[in-house]
Amino acid sequence: MKYKMLLGMSKEPGISEEQRTFLRDCLAKERFIRICRWLFFLSFLALWEIGARVGFLNPFIFSSPGRILKSAVSMASDGTLFYHLGITLFETFFSFFIVMAFGILAAVLLWWKESLARILEPYLIVLNSLPKTALAPIFIVWLGNNMKTIIVAAVSVAVFGTIITLYTDFISVEEDKIKLIRTLGGTRKDILFKVILPSNIPSIISIMKVNIGLSLVGVIIGEFLAAKAGLGYLIIYGSQVFKLDWVMMSIVILCIAAAGLYQLLSIAERKTER
Amino acid sequence: MGDLLSLNHVSYSYHSLTGETPALTDISFGVPDGEFLAIVGPSGCGKSTLLSLIAGLLPPSSGNIQIKGKNLSDQDLHIGYMLQKDHLLDWRTTYRNLALGLEIQKKDTPENLAKIDELLKAYGLAAFRDAKPSSLSGGMRQRAALIRTLVLNPDLLLLDEPFSALDYQTRITVSDDIWQIIRKEKKTAILITHDISEAVSMSDRVIVLSKRPGTIRAIIEIQLSPGNRSPIKARSDPKFKDYFNQIWKELTDHEI
Ligand SMILES: Nc1ncnc2c1ncn2[C@@H]1O[C@H](COP(=O)(O)OP(=O)(O)OP(=O)(O)O)[C@@H](O)[C@H]1O
Ligand SMILES: [Mg+2]
Repeated sequence: MKYKMLLGMSKEPGISEEQRTFLRDCLAKERFIRICRWLFFLSFLALWEIGARVGFLNPFIFSSPGRILKSAVSMASDGTLFYHLGITLFETFFSFFIVMAFGILAAVLLWWKESLARILEPYLIVLNSLPKTALAPIFIVWLGNNMKTIIVAAVSVAVFGTIITLYTDFISVEEDKIKLIRTLGGTRKDILFKVILPSNIPSIISIMKVNIGLSLVGVIIGEFLAAKAGLGYLIIYGSQVFKLDWVMMSIVILCIAAAGLYQLLSIAERKTER
Repeated sequence: MGDLLSLNHVSYSYHSLTGETPALTDISFGVPDGEFLAIVGPSGCGKSTLLSLIAGLLPPSSGNIQIKGKNLSDQDLHIGYMLQKDHLLDWRTTYRNLALGLEIQKKDTPENLAKIDELLKAYGLAAFRDAKPSSLSGGMRQRAALIRTLVLNPDLLLLDEPFSALDYQTRITVSDDIWQIIRKEKKTAILITHDISEAVSMSDRVIVLSKRPGTIRAIIEIQLSPGNRSPIKARSDPKFKDYFNQIWKELTDHEI
């Protein structure tokens, strides 16, 4: 992104020679960093592969890039890979939407009724700092060994922080902006829809970026404990039957999925800025 | 008693956990229909508080405020309040900012919206119609805030230092414009200002407030010769200087 931008700028006509030299220097530095990143990645892969082949790393425990690729190809060709990935992504998006919808709604409600916010404040804080993995076994007992548990677990990871952050952002909107709406004859509803919500769009988007990651974390935790499918299930199952290739492959795919989800929201963010 | 607006022994105190801040004590005055009233006073004496009370945003601690003899809450007069800062919302375009009041009051009819475009042109903002307020200069923002208030067609205008962000030259032209509009449409207006010349040149009467807690120090009728009634001409009226000095004296006399 930055590289392309610099490249474009340095080729633009009508800039001074000095500026062009400056841009070329920036470009060279950017190129160096990119090359180093790839070198780091490739040498990591190479060391791993060679280590496994030479016997310096036990491939049975550590797997290897080649074996990961092979199992990925075979699971992709019979469709199981997409099935597990699809389940995990579905659960992640589903929990993400519940977290956002419920979080915004609850924050609005707390903003609307300040005394309610004051009453619930200590509980929200405790629930937010509680490690949500501690709750997972309860969810299994209550909801059963199924997708419901996974989604509830994932929602519980992100929702309390979302409510607290959004509520804090809502009440820190400038007092005078609220006064402005009142001078124009507006009600509390107008204050909410004309000032509070629109002025917090950037903060809602940055919370979304955090939450898509947290939802994935929650879903994987849920799948560890209560699943018959999904990448989390594949990881647990693979480790139980000593198929470390599956485990490693799932982790690699999780990395790619996490990066993809983050990228998706960054694109959405750029769209709203325009 | 035929006043449009009357304040009777109005006092107001702010309360917080750290204590009570008396902002205004025993303010009484009336404003006849069509009058242009200016209020001057030292910083922090309660001028903005006074406007918030008149606009009904704050309830007086004691005393009462009436419009046409009725309590503030029972009347249907449109009060336009222009705050000290412009508070244009930066996620809306200039045009959408100006339509905010109409939207809220559900008066965004085509005729009213067309009036925004008219005013944008009249105030030299037409080119910035669809720009975000962040690209407007301080003076433009102030004019935009004024348009936002004027499109609601208020009967009583409350102006809280509306020209303070403008440079001197713009300030005089804009205040002249606004004065013409207010006069032409026979509106009643209350202007708060720090600028004594502005108060004398624009208003029919000037109320001088004391330091906090604000009380009325003096009420001065401004009577310039009828030919010199526009703000720019008023400044060359022979009596202008006398009024200026009189208000200056009222403001500074009690400070020691
Ligand atoms: N929300 C508030 N809580 C407590 N005290 C307040 C509050 N708002 C204003 N005050 C105090 O009341 C006094 C009057 O405030 P006000 O804003 O009316 O002054 P002002 O005359 O408009 O000042 P300026 O000329 O600087 O605009 C000030 O001393 C201020 O400190
Ligand atoms: Mg003020």
